[in-house]
Amino acid sequence: MIQGIDYAAIAPPLILAAAALAVLLADAFDVPRRAVGLLSGGALAVAFGAVVALAAGDRRATFCLPDGLRSGGPRSCSYVTDDFTLLFQGLVLAAAVVVVLLSLEEITRSRLPAGEYHFLLLAAVVGALTLVAARDLVLLVVALETLSLPVFALVGLRRYDGAASEAALKLFLVSVVSAAVMLFGISLVYGATGAMHLDRIAPALDRLPSDLDPVAAVGVVLVLAGFGFKVAAVPFHFWAPDVYQGAPLPVAAFLSVVSKAAGFAGLAIVLALGFPAYAHVWGPLVAILAALTMTLGNLVALRQRTAIRLLAWSSVAQSGYMLAPLAVGTDHLSEAVAATAAYVALYAVMNLGAFAVVTGFARRRPAAPAGWDELDDYRGLARRSPALAAALAFFLICLAGLPPGVMGLFAKVVVFRATVAGGVTWLAVVMAVNTVIGLYYYLVWAARLFAPPAPAAEDPQVVPYEPAPGPAVRAAVAATAAGALVLSAAPQLVLQAVSTVG
Amino acid sequence: MIFLLMMAVPLAGALAMLVPADRFLPGDAAVRRFGAGVSGATLLVAVSALAAFDFGRSSRMQLEVDRSWAPAIGLRFHLGVDGISLPLVALTALLTFLCFLYTLRHPPAGGRARLLTALLLVLEVGMLGTFTALDLVLFFVFFEVVLIPMYVVIAVWGGPARRAAAYKFILYTLLGSGLLLAGMLLVGAEAGTLDMTELAARHGSGLAHGVQVTAFALMGLGFAVKAPMWPLHTWLPDAHTEAPTVGSVLLAGVLLKMGTYGLVRVALPLAPDGARVWAPWLGLLAVIGIVYGSLACLAQRDLKRMIAYSSVGHMGFVLLGIATLTPVGVNAALFGNIAHGLITGLLFFLAGSVKDRYGTGDLNVLGGGMLTSAPRLASILTFASVASLGLPGLAGFWGEMLALLGAYSPHADLPRETFVTFMAVGALGAVLTAAYFLRMLAKITHGRTPDPIEPAAAAPAPSEGSAARPALTPPERAPIPAEPIAALTRYEYAAWTPLIALTLLVGLWPKTLLAVTTGPVRALFGGG
Repeated sequence: MIQGIDYAAIAPPLILAAAALAVLLADAFDVPRRAVGLLSGGALAVAFGAVVALAAGDRRATFCLPDGLRSGGPRSCSYVTDDFTLLFQGLVLAAAVVVVLLSLEEITRSRLPAGEYHFLLLAAVVGALTLVAARDLVLLVVALETLSLPVFALVGLRRYDGAASEAALKLFLVSVVSAAVMLFGISLVYGATGAMHLDRIAPALDRLPSDLDPVAAVGVVLVLAGFGFKVAAVPFHFWAPDVYQGAPLPVAAFLSVVSKAAGFAGLAIVLALGFPAYAHVWGPLVAILAALTMTLGNLVALRQRTAIRLLAWSSVAQSGYMLAPLAVGTDHLSEAVAATAAYVALYAVMNLGAFAVVTGFARRRPAAPAGWDELDDYRGLARRSPALAAALAFFLICLAGLPPGVMGLFAKVVVFRATVAGGVTWLAVVMAVNTVIGLYYYLVWAARLFAPPAPAAEDPQVVPYEPAPGPAVRAAVAATAAGALVLSAAPQLVLQAVSTVG
Repeated sequence: MIFLLMMAVPLAGALAMLVPADRFLPGDAAVRRFGAGVSGATLLVAVSALAAFDFGRSSRMQLEVDRSWAPAIGLRFHLGVDGISLPLVALTALLTFLCFLYTLRHPPAGGRARLLTALLLVLEVGMLGTFTALDLVLFFVFFEVVLIPMYVVIAVWGGPARRAAAYKFILYTLLGSGLLLAGMLLVGAEAGTLDMTELAARHGSGLAHGVQVTAFALMGLGFAVKAPMWPLHTWLPDAHTEAPTVGSVLLAGVLLKMGTYGLVRVALPLAPDGARVWAPWLGLLAVIGIVYGSLACLAQRDLKRMIAYSSVGHMGFVLLGIATLTPVGVNAALFGNIAHGLITGLLFFLAGSVKDRYGTGDLNVLGGGMLTSAPRLASILTFASVASLGLPGLAGFWGEMLALLGAYSPHADLPRETFVTFMAVGALGAVLTAAYFLRMLAKITHGRTPDPIEPAAAAPAPSEGSAARPALTPPERAPIPAEPIAALTRYEYAAWTPLIALTLLVGLWPKTLLAVTTGPVRALFGGG
């Protein structure tokens, strides 16, 4: 039986897969680094164009069950490009472009192999694009691994650096364990329902014989745990800070934005489309995970002294806010998915922005004592480069969720709203307390930018500051800052877009 | 439309401050004049709103603007005023303008005029927006807009312990707003709309009792932090003491009102059942606040800190008025809001001027005899103090008297004996208020001027080590300058005269204010 494939639907990942191979080949033929970077960024832009073109058209689906095998059930397509998919694909691609911009200098500075770096990055993006479009568990797992495997290599690409190797190993072990856990969960769900397609699992779970109920429940919980690793939710979070610190900064940005966005999309797909019948199992569990994640993330972030570790713990805490709407179970589930999507989208802009500034700043402190940027090194940044400091302060205020960072405020409002509407008021109260804790460390960092420089800055040991970060990093900062400003003035752009995905 | 303009003017002014100094308004004096001009224009717009307002129908929302903003979450850009919010809008525009007027000549130490001007204008946008917003989320957005500017004002231009005070202020109030958001969204989600006029018109029908109790508790806590209600007030004395004069004036004059206004505008009408459950507790905490604030004032040595604690007591009366859930009590609360804004605004201006001239706000160090050394300053200080302690005929009297009257006959569903007890204790607090203000006046305005100390004696030669013999220079005598105290400037008169005049006006003719608020307050409780 021959299946027709809708190549238009899978165009974005296909373009990137071809580009990834081309990048690898180009590197083999000693094409200059700059051209490789251009090729990689260009491919991402073309894929983004394809996504925009798809968004203009109708919903597409491919890799569906042939009529003969369907036996009267739903259409069961593995790969679907609906509004949800396209929103996340667009988000992933836009974020990946910023990551490529951040990488250009990092590759030169850290003596990374350019061809391999871009190949791995593009391969991971292919995984992310496929993940958000996957509607059956097999494709979901394959896509998740396609996203994860290149990232291990990316993290460890600074071969001369012990911290990077350790981070890569840690990420690898955690990720493999989580994949195994998730596969076990999937096998249990498959055993109970006999289906892999989400649109078949949902009805099958609904009328499951009661003796299979515990099996399916354990399966659901294990799948949830697998995704918990991916999005760095407590108690599966401990890899995040070390990996962020050990990895090259653009890769850390990739992990905290692209990887996380894809993970949340996958989680939302599985929970909302596949397991709504078990909402009574995963709903409270997600609520507890969310509360733990945001509280622990915020509390530990309070004690961090380096910028990158603070960002790591803050991104753990932010995962908690993103998880919170999903805690509603089946009550207002579509609203909740829309809220998570909105938060992920807004978070992507502000967090990438913060990473962009930190990357630009790290470039200027090549001889920082421990190799990492202490928060105190940011003292007086406002005097040396006001624009960079203003941008970072704005991103931090956005992350804290206060005006003038209206974008962050609306992200919080949307999440609160979905949580409260779903009847999980206690979680909203936990979130309220957490925003206060979060505000403190963001504000302390932002205030440092405007404080007079520390006396240590005059230490002759420290290499003098370079005048400004390179054009690529500046472009990344400018792009994210522009995005943050636009979304702060008109947050409805994102809110409208996600309202269709629920 | 008029409110769009009213907020667009200061916002545009704040954005103009982003233009580099060498292109636009070089020099701090020009920037300060620009700030005064912008806030003056805003005041004119507010006055024209007063003129356009139909006082015959003050219980209706007027001058409305209603645009769809983010339909996905049901958010509308809905502004408007009725008799409850109009006086506060006018007070905000007036106080902001007076602050700018005052800084023309008396800028806070710390320079950076551009930043200060921009921040105060953004603050004004947030305050005006809070009082005019008619959509819950929009209200919340404006409620939050004031946080960062006020934080920066305290942290940059504040006193020696400004850092800690600024963090305390923003963290405390953010905790309040987080709970507030949860409570408002709970109501919004259950009722299916975020529109405050619509929700108020329903008088809580369609909301389950449990939801109302939870929602009122969350919103009440949020507003109580802002108001502030005992025991959530601890951020206030620090913030007031450390903030520069303009910061203290706006903080006391307007920001605190956002809490009590929110209770009347949002919490009461949206969750009336919840209000009936929590009102006795609110009343209890309010009365504790009244007595606690007064007792704390008696123990203060610092002028600004004393005024700050007096705010806790005065806002206690406002909260007590709200807790009675009667038109009389809520009217009293709204009256008390305005009166406190005028009088305490004036008091903080005066405290700032005293500190400028004498170099200290310590009551003991100031010594006595200010009526001799600076007669006009001392007279105005006396006037503001007796107004604040509630002398009949001045603004402070009516709010407190009516609040106590309201407590005498509270809403039928509330335990009357409890509230009569509250009334008795509150009256005791009013007596204590008189006690601490008179103590303060007796200490610094009356009595003999401390003997001028020769410069040589006042500042012992460094070689002797002044720290080595602190006992020989008691603090009462140390830093009073020997030269005469500078006379009041034109700018000070200009900033204070409107406040004095309005204190007299609403004190002598309370009907000017009560006539505006009575209608909407009746409507609030479902009456005509």
